[in-house]
Amino acid sequence: MKFPEDCLYTRQHEWVRVLAEKETVLVGITDYAQKELGDVVFVELPKVGDTFDTNEPFGNVESVKAVSEVFCPLAGEVIEINPDLSNSPELVNSDPYGDAWFIKLKISSAEEIKDLLKPDEYAELVAEESAE
Amino acid sequence: MPIRKASSHMTQNEGLIFERTSPGRRGYDLPELDVPEPKLIEALGEENVRSEIEDFPEVSEVDVIRHFTRLSTWNHSIDAGMYPLGSCTMKYNPRINERVSGFEGFANSHPLMPESMVQGNLQVLKTMGDLLAEITGMDRVTFQPPAGASGELTGVMMIRACLASRGDARKKILIPDSAHGTNPASAAIAGYSVESLKSDTHGCINLDALDQAMTADVAALMLTNPNTLGIFEPNIIRITELVHSRGGLVYMDGANLNALMGLTRPGDFGIDVLHINLHKTFSTPHGGGGPGAGPVAVRRVLEPFLPVPTVEVDESGSYFLNYERPQSIGKVKAFYGNFGTVVRALCYVLANGAKGLTEASQVAILNANYIKHGLKGVYDLPYDEPVLHEVVFSSKMQAQHHVSVMDIAKRLMDYGFHPPTVAFPLIVPGALMIEPTESEGREELDLFIDAMKSIAEEAESNPELLRHSPYTTRVKRLDEVQAARHPILRWKQGLQT
Amino acid sequence: MRYIPNSAEDRQRMLAEMGLQSIEDLLVGIPRELRFRGDLNLPPPLSETKLLEKFREYEGRNSKGLVSFLGGGVNAHYIPTVIETLTSRAEFLTSYTPYQAEISQGTLQAIFEFQTFICQLTDMEVSNASMYDGSTALAEAMLMSARITQRHRFLLASTVHPEYRKVVGTCLSHQNLSVEPVEFEEGGTVDIVRVERVLGDDVAALAVQSPNFLGNLEPIRKLAALAHRRGALLIVNIAELLSLGIVNGPGAMGADIVCGEAQSLGIPQSFGGPHVGFLAAREKHVRNLPGRLVGQTVDSEGKRGFVLTLSTREQHIRREKATSNICTNQSLFALMATIYCSLLGRKGLREVALQNVAKTQYALAEVRKSGKVRVLFEGPRFNEFVLLLPQPFSQVASRFYDAGIIPGIDLGHYFPALSNALLVSVTETKSKADIDHFIQILRTL
Repeated sequence: MKFPEDCLYTRQHEWVRVLAEKETVLVGITDYAQKELGDVVFVELPKVGDTFDTNEPFGNVESVKAVSEVFCPLAGEVIEINPDLSNSPELVNSDPYGDAWFIKLKISSAEEIKDLLKPDEYAELVAEESAE
Repeated sequence: MPIRKASSHMTQNEGLIFERTSPGRRGYDLPELDVPEPKLIEALGEENVRSEIEDFPEVSEVDVIRHFTRLSTWNHSIDAGMYPLGSCTMKYNPRINERVSGFEGFANSHPLMPESMVQGNLQVLKTMGDLLAEITGMDRVTFQPPAGASGELTGVMMIRACLASRGDARKKILIPDSAHGTNPASAAIAGYSVESLKSDTHGCINLDALDQAMTADVAALMLTNPNTLGIFEPNIIRITELVHSRGGLVYMDGANLNALMGLTRPGDFGIDVLHINLHKTFSTPHGGGGPGAGPVAVRRVLEPFLPVPTVEVDESGSYFLNYERPQSIGKVKAFYGNFGTVVRALCYVLANGAKGLTEASQVAILNANYIKHGLKGVYDLPYDEPVLHEVVFSSKMQAQHHVSVMDIAKRLMDYGFHPPTVAFPLIVPGALMIEPTESEGREELDLFIDAMKSIAEEAESNPELLRHSPYTTRVKRLDEVQAARHPILRWKQGLQT
Repeated sequence: MRYIPNSAEDRQRMLAEMGLQSIEDLLVGIPRELRFRGDLNLPPPLSETKLLEKFREYEGRNSKGLVSFLGGGVNAHYIPTVIETLTSRAEFLTSYTPYQAEISQGTLQAIFEFQTFICQLTDMEVSNASMYDGSTALAEAMLMSARITQRHRFLLASTVHPEYRKVVGTCLSHQNLSVEPVEFEEGGTVDIVRVERVLGDDVAALAVQSPNFLGNLEPIRKLAALAHRRGALLIVNIAELLSLGIVNGPGAMGADIVCGEAQSLGIPQSFGGPHVGFLAAREKHVRNLPGRLVGQTVDSEGKRGFVLTLSTREQHIRREKATSNICTNQSLFALMATIYCSLLGRKGLREVALQNVAKTQYALAEVRKSGKVRVLFEGPRFNEFVLLLPQPFSQVASRFYDAGIIPGIDLGHYFPALSNALLVSVTETKSKADIDHFIQILRTL
C-alpha cells in the first residue's frame, strides 16, 4: 500500500498534492481506494469551471458492480480535468497518484489545507478500516 | 465427491446472424402484389425514400432455424433444471398457458376494437382482477403496469395522489435497507426522497427505528413481506398500524407472494397497495428477461386513483372500459397492460384453484426449509430465524479460504445448476439467496444440496479450482471489465469475431 | 397437483428428515391471528380439458374473422411461422435474465443481434436491449434528454400517439419537468412555425412521431436543425417500425434519440400487450441510456462471448440514483423481432414495406375516385391515412361491422376537433378484394 509523502489525504480516500502554482492542487483517489473498488471501468468528472464546497461530491468512479462518489477535499473551482481517464480508466488502478489525477483545483482558502491528513495519519486510518 | 448432475455436452459454434449472410438468400415468401406498384417519391417524399438497408443480413429460413436453435442450446432453462434464485420464484411455466394465450381470438385482437367485439378479453381481465383481489385480500386490481418495477411506480404515484387529495402532500418514503433496488428507484421517479431504515439484528424492521422515522413528512413505508431474507415480519400489524396512525400508507413489494397464498393475505395485515409479479408467483415465463406483468392491487382508499381505463361490468353483464375516472393518476402504459401475460396467469389460477395455490405456497416453504436444513453448518447462516419460501446463506466461511460468493456461484454451473441470487440483499455480505419454489422435487433438491456441500469442500481443499470456474460451460468466465471499459454494443462490419 | 413434484409421501419423508411433523411446523413465523381461515374463494381447479373449454368460452365472446383496418400504434402484419417455433423452445421461453452470462449465451447473443438491428433500422449508434413498449420508451427517452441537457422543458407534438402522451404525462409529472404540447397545422404535421417560436434555450428536447398518429411523415431534417440551433435534442418516436423498411432512418436525418414500438416486427397484437419498445441513441450518450445493455467481450480463453454491461446505470446498483427503475426488458419479444428481421432480411423488409405503401396508395386512389369521402391531409405517409366521413363514425359504424369490416379508429375519441374523422391503416395483410369491399361500403355513406 502506497502513501506518497508529497500528498495529503482525506477520510474519504482522496489525495491532494499542492502544486507550485499559487493556491492550486491536484486531486485523485488513493491506492487503498482503487484496491477496494477493483477494476475501474469509468470515471465521471465535472466540467472545467464547476465549483464545489469542501466534501461536496464532484464525480464518481465505477467498477463493474459498484459506483463510488468522489468528494472534493477543499472548496474551489475546477480549472483542469484529466483528459486520459475517459479512454483509460484502468490508470486509476495502475497509477492512482500519478497519471490518474482527476482534477486540478483552484482552492478558495489555503487555511483548509491544514485540516487534511498527513501520510502517517492516513496510513493509520487505512489500517483501522482494513481491520474491520 | 463425484459430480452427479452435469456432464459437458456438445454445443455447436455459431456466429452472429450478420456473419451468416450470403447475397441472394431469402427467408421469406410474400404474396404477390395485387395492386399497382406505388410511386415511392410521390407517396413518401423524395428525402424519405430508402433503398435496402446496408448490412441487413440475407439468410434462408433454414439458416434462421439453425442459427437460433443453436443459440438456444447455450441457455439454461427451467425446463432443464432448477433456478434457485431468491426473489425470482422461477417455477415451472405450464405449457397449457402458452396454448390458450395463443388462441387467435386473443392473439389477433386489436386494443381499439369496439368493446362489444372483445367481451371475452374484458371478461378475462375482470375475472383475473377479482381472483387476485381474493388471493391478496385487497379490493381492486389494475393490470396496466407491464412489470413489477412499473407496478411499484404506479403504486407510489397512487399514494402520492391520495395524499395530495387530502391536502397532505408529503416528501419522504421509508425503505428497509434489505429492499430490492427497484423500490428506491421507483420512489425517486415518483418525486420522493428516500430514507433507508436499518434492519434489526433479526433482519426485520426495527419498531423503534420506524417510530422515530415515521414523521408527518413520510408518505409511505415500502416493505417486502416476507422480507428478502425469507422472514415474515413478526411485527407487521404494529408496523402498519404505526404508519397509518401517523397518516401514511403502506406499500408492499409482492415479489415474495409465493410464500403466502392461502396462508395469509396482505390485505389482512394492513397493506394498502401491493404489486404482484405474474412472471414470478403466477408462472408466466421469464422469456430470458421479459415480458412480465406487474398488476397492482389496492384497498378502497386508493381505488379512485387507479390508472385509466378500469374494466367494469354493467347490470346486463356486459363488460366495458371505464374512462370516467377524474382522480386517476393517468396511464402507465399504452392500452390496458400485458394482456397476453394475464391470460397465462389466469390459466394458472384456474388450473390450481384455492387448494393448488395453497399447496404451492406450502411446498415452496417446505422446499426452502429442506435446503436450509441440508446446508446449515456448511454455509454461514447470518439470520437463524424461521424462514418461509427462501433462505439466505453467506459465503463467510468460505471467505477464509479467499473464495468469494461469485466463485461459488460460477462453480455451481459445473454441477449443472444455475446459481442462486448472489450479493443481494445488500445487508448480507457475500449473500446466497436460495428460493427453490414448489416446482422442485426431492431429488433435485438433494442434488443441489450435494453440489453445494461438494463446493464447500472444494473451497477448503482446492480454492484455486473455484476461482477459475466454470470449466464445463460453453464459455469460461467472461471479462466484464473489458465489456464495461470499452463497450461494444452492436455488430458492425469488421467487428472482431 | 401436477405442477408440484413432491407428493404427500415425498413431503412426509422430507419433514421426517428435518425432525418435523407437518408443514404447519414451518409456518410458526406467521402470527397465528393472521392465518387465513378456510379456503380462498376461488373457482374449483380445472383439468386440462376443462381449461381448454373455459378459454374457448372466453375466446368465443370475442368477434373473429372481421377484416380490420385498425392501426394506431398496434399494427396488423404477417407473422412468419418459425418465430413461434423458435421462441417456444424451452431454452428461450423458460430461461431467466442473463445475469449469469456463461449459461445464458443464447439469450445474450440474440439481444446483441436485436440491438444491432435496431441501430441499422433507425440509423443510430447504440440501442438498449428493449423497453416495455413504445409509450414507456418515449417517457424514458424524455427523462434521458433531461439528464443529458440538464434542462427541464419539453415540447411534445400532439401528433404523437395520444396514449403515449398520456403515459408521458403520468410518468414525468413528479420530476420537475414541464411538457408543452405543440399542435399540428393543416397539413397534418407538427406546426413547425410554432415550434420555432416556442423553442428556447431551456428546452431539453422536442419530441415528434413519424409516421405520426395521423399517418403523416414529419419533416425530421428541418425539425432537427431547429432543435439543435437551440441546443435541444430531437426525439423521434416510431409506432410503426416497419416503415423504416422503406423510409430513411431518423438517425440519418439528425435525430438524437429514436424510440418507439417494435410490435410490427413479428409480434401479435394481443389486445395491446405484451409488445416491445426500443430506444436508440448516439454513442456519446450511452451512459445515460436506461434499461439493459448487452456487450461483446471475451472469456478467459479469448473466446468471444456476450454479457450484460454498463450495469452501474441500473437500479440494482444505483438504487435511487439509477437512470430508471426499469428491471425487465422484453427479451422474448425482442427475440421475435430479431427473428423477423433475420427472415425478411435486406430485401424482404423493403418488399413488405413497399407492399404497405402500395396497398395504401391504392386505397387512397379508390377513395378519391369514389368522391364520397374526403382524404384529410396531403403529404407523405406510410400505411395510414385519415378520412373525413359525412357523419360521426358512431352513426355509420354498423354498416361496416355488418359487412364484416372494422374500418378504422374513430379519431373523435382522441381529438375533439376531428369528430367525423376515421384513421385507416392498410397493411400488406389486406387484399385488393378487402380494400374494394371497404370502398364499396364507403360509397353507400
